[in-house]
Amino acid sequence: MSGPALEIEAVHKTFTLHAQGGVTLPVLRGVSLAVAPGECVVLADPSGAGKSTLLRAIYGNYVPQAGRILVRHDDRVVDLVGASPRLVLDVRRRTVGYVSQFLRVVPRVPVVEVVAEPLRATGVPHPEARDRARAILDRLRIPARLWPLSPVTFSGGEQQRVNVARVFVVAYPVLLLDEPTASLDAEARGLVVDLIDEARGRGTAVLGTVHDAAVRARLATRVQTLSDSVAA
Amino acid sequence: MSRVEERPLLGVRGLGKRYGAQTGCLDVGFDLWPGEVLGVVGESGSGKTTVLNCLSGRVAADAGRVEYAARDGRIVDVLGLDESARRRLLRSEWGIVHQNPRDGLRMGVTAGANVGERLMALGARHYGQIRGLALDWLAQVEIDLDRIDDLPETFSGGMLQRLQIARTLVTGPRLVLMDEPTGGLDVSVQARLLDLLRGLVAELDLSAVIVTHDLAVARLLAHRLIVMRGGEAVESGLTDQVLDDPQHPYTQLLVSSVLHP
Repeated sequence: MSGPALEIEAVHKTFTLHAQGGVTLPVLRGVSLAVAPGECVVLADPSGAGKSTLLRAIYGNYVPQAGRILVRHDDRVVDLVGASPRLVLDVRRRTVGYVSQFLRVVPRVPVVEVVAEPLRATGVPHPEARDRARAILDRLRIPARLWPLSPVTFSGGEQQRVNVARVFVVAYPVLLLDEPTASLDAEARGLVVDLIDEARGRGTAVLGTVHDAAVRARLATRVQTLSDSVAA
Repeated sequence: MSRVEERPLLGVRGLGKRYGAQTGCLDVGFDLWPGEVLGVVGESGSGKTTVLNCLSGRVAADAGRVEYAARDGRIVDVLGLDESARRRLLRSEWGIVHQNPRDGLRMGVTAGANVGERLMALGARHYGQIRGLALDWLAQVEIDLDRIDDLPETFSGGMLQRLQIARTLVTGPRLVLMDEPTGGLDVSVQARLLDLLRGLVAELDLSAVIVTHDLAVARLLAHRLIVMRGGEAVESGLTDQVLDDPQHPYTQLLVSSVLHP
């Protein structure tokens, strides 16, 4: 096990808004950075600098125009820029987990199934997936009476914890965390910080954004800005 | 699932169909891999249903090639099949879910018979086993078991669609073609059906092509999308990528025109 789990090389991302006269919005201009197993790199740029865009590009949600996004997937390194949807899906299933700021689920599906689903996608049998889902929901202090309910009606903080649960229920080797502790109270923040630390201890490579200065100081093994990474 | 199949289940190349001077679809191509759900989206008249109908043989394509990797390992030239071979394929390996469940059901026989007769068409003869399987499937699609001997006429729209799904899936198809499976249903019924479809597709490891004009449905059901306009595929890719970072001007227009309640 040597070399980074995630390496970004000179990634460019510009949005072209065809419906608005073809306006172009350059967001990422040659971003490079690497995250080793067990590292937690926190991006510390101000809002609007493109942190979320970078995380989404790594997850295959946004299409970069240039550069390479190299991820160690099983025992090989794959470039996600220009990769087939099938490869990206496989990387998402087993290697890269992404905590977004939004929870998007099928209406009426109970929270325990929402959290079990990513595990089932990795081939874990349904009963075991459900047990592990319950365990992580419990750990994140989502009360058991809520487990049979759809998270659609949950509070912002509860939804955020569900978002965290459905990613941390699988032991992904790479984690992308977009404000994982935003909208959480101090207690829940502590629980999420512990989960991130544990994952790092297992050798997970973490790249994220955290506005809260105290949480950032607590989590980051390295703080970087996108502008540093362009210069580098 | 860590799958290493090297061969797509379905390979479509240069599919084309004209209706006189009108283009039905033009040069449509894609691969569908085992366990994958492909959404075909676009507005009315974009050609999405034509693509589905060309695949199922309901409409004869003018151009292109469709290759299907059958259960026994043979590669089947789907467009070149004669009528009886095509029917055999549809009965044994493929399933079709029509937008209007009445097109996929036999309205004159009971719910149980609707599910059971697809099995009998494949040679099942043991009444008790057929009825047992029919009951299993009615339960899977959440239809009360005491409705097994009722005629579909007495069912609501949502129940009819679920019955059609049971009838289609009871024979264990490997590929399912669905045309607007949640179209025409009340929103609350849609949500339940979406959840059901998603669960079944994952549980049974089905491959599916789903035609829909509803981008929210596509987001929840499909792994990949093809966006069609004027008979042509203008964009394709991972579902969330196409919807969150659309590249083609038409896809951008389509995505930005959706109302978010």
